[in-house]
Amino acid sequence: MAAGSPIGGIPCLLIEILKEPVGGSAGLGFSIGGGIDQDASRNPWAPDDTGIFVTNVMPDGPAARAGLNPGDKILQANGYDLTMATHKDAIKYLTKKKEQVIRLKIFRPDILRTRGNPAM
Amino acid sequence: METESVRSGNSSYVSHRSHRNRDKHRDRERKRRHNHSTSSSLLKADRSVTIQTPPHSTTGGGEGEDGEEVIEVQILPQDDNWGDNTTAITGTSEQTSMEDISRMAKDMEDSIGLGSIQHLGVVIATTLSLFAFLTPIAFVVLPLVLWKETLDPCNTVCHGLFISFAFKLLILLIGAWALFFRRPRVVMPRVFVFRSMIMALVFVYTLSYWLFYGVRVLDERPSNYQDIVQYAVSLVDALLFIHYLAVILIELRHLRPQFIVKVVRNTDGENRFYHVGQFSIQRAAVWLLEQYYRDFPPYNPALMHIPTRAPKQLTGFKFYDVDGNPGNASAGQTRAMIAAAGRRHESIHKERYYEEQEYERRVKKRRVRFVCATEEAFTHIKRLSEERGPAVPMDPHEAAQAIFPAFARPMQKYLRVTKQQPYHTMDSILKHLAFCIVHDCTPKAFLERYLTPGPSIQNESEIHKKQKWTLVSDLPLHNSLEPGMSFALREQSFSLLVTVMRIPTIKLKEDYQDPKSNKFVLRLQSETSV
Repeated sequence: MAAGSPIGGIPCLLIEILKEPVGGSAGLGFSIGGGIDQDASRNPWAPDDTGIFVTNVMPDGPAARAGLNPGDKILQANGYDLTMATHKDAIKYLTKKKEQVIRLKIFRPDILRTRGNPAM
Repeated sequence: METESVRSGNSSYVSHRSHRNRDKHRDRERKRRHNHSTSSSLLKADRSVTIQTPPHSTTGGGEGEDGEEVIEVQILPQDDNWGDNTTAITGTSEQTSMEDISRMAKDMEDSIGLGSIQHLGVVIATTLSLFAFLTPIAFVVLPLVLWKETLDPCNTVCHGLFISFAFKLLILLIGAWALFFRRPRVVMPRVFVFRSMIMALVFVYTLSYWLFYGVRVLDERPSNYQDIVQYAVSLVDALLFIHYLAVILIELRHLRPQFIVKVVRNTDGENRFYHVGQFSIQRAAVWLLEQYYRDFPPYNPALMHIPTRAPKQLTGFKFYDVDGNPGNASAGQTRAMIAAAGRRHESIHKERYYEEQEYERRVKKRRVRFVCATEEAFTHIKRLSEERGPAVPMDPHEAAQAIFPAFARPMQKYLRVTKQQPYHTMDSILKHLAFCIVHDCTPKAFLERYLTPGPSIQNESEIHKKQKWTLVSDLPLHNSLEPGMSFALREQSFSLLVTVMRIPTIKLKEDYQDPKSNKFVLRLQSETSV
């Protein structure tokens, strides 16, 4: 598919992360912030955007290896919509124990310049 | 009283009319010096023990003895209920630790006759007020009657005074009627202080006005009629002010709440709190009793004990010696017995708990059945105007009798479980049902009377007779209420314990909250690592 602007939909990136649960943490290797119940004006990347954003990616973690960058907005996680999720709900969806692989659809402002498969 | 009466040595006897007669008889005996038998030691030792002296008998007091032992004993029927059988007249019963003087006064009241005392106050008050009311009229009329010829003719000022006089009298009459002419619902043990004060004031005023009138007017016979009318008008004014004072003292003063009073019924612990104003103890008691009839459910002695099914007898434990070792048996046994006793002690609590639960369940079941049956019964009745088609019209009582059997049995069972059946006779139930049907009540409205025990006043059988209450207090009844004071109102089967607490003085301060200061911020939760 050509990397042009599609009709309808948001261009997003599909990233698969394999969980490596270590001790108590879910093992994804990044931190998120944001949510519809948070103060969106403090969002450093997209002010007044109440979506879930990746704030920190641990180096050499599964997320870093999968290509996640800080500032990415997570639109979906394994089919769960995170664009209208509270902070706690987002964590819940991301850390479900039964799922070993998390497929994230993320959005970056410079997505069209990123290498990789733009997905819908 | 009873403590004084026990004297085993002599066959003398104590009467209630002791004190008043004692001194009189003592003096009389001293003068007479006939043969009397004495019990001098008795009298000298204890001033409160005396001997009843009926007119023809000979008993003595205080002088030397003589050989003759004519002891005539008059056994007075000592009525142990003397405090209780009167409508609160002898209200301060045996528990008051007041001096003998007050007791003597009560004895005198007792002997005079109880009905007259309680009405005496009212009678005196009415005659006095009537007299005071007619006085100004007399003031105005007397000169006309006595010396009409020498009087000046009445000019305009005089006529104006007459008009104001008439109207003021009318207002006084209406005010007195509105305020004081009420059926006396209560009889108080002690004199009603304020009323007697007002009456005394009225008496003094009227007397002084009459005195002045008699001296200056009747004797001198002045010809200026206007002055006389003005004088009469001033008396009416004074009477109006006394009326105002009476309104303030008797009606208004106690309306502002000053104390909070807790009333507890000593049998089942029902308690209520009330606001009370500045009252004397007896008036507070009266007011509280009026509230009692509205607020307290009737005392049902049958509800004191939760009805239990056959109690499980926890017999003693039998000990079997399994090992067959006689030596250790006793030690082991005692320890086991103590443990078993401890467990039994616990099981009493458990038993009680389960009994109560069981009882409540039963009550609920029966209540539900009762309610369902009643609701169904009510669906059979409809107003004639709403019913189409052929119908047999019945009057409400017949309608009530028609649907009553549908829920009679569940109702009876429910009333029996809640021990309410003595309060509701079949007649009263039917009457209530007819009443509800007439006024288009729903079954719930009909049932409210039976499902919740209403105030005591609903039990008609009790309110028709005069209610007898005894006020038990160790302070004189005229005292105003003080915080920390307590007294009791005793009825035949229970008593109400009253404690007085003061309402705290409230210091109210002002604080202004600017509406613009209502601003809020969302707190950003810290990021979570996943």
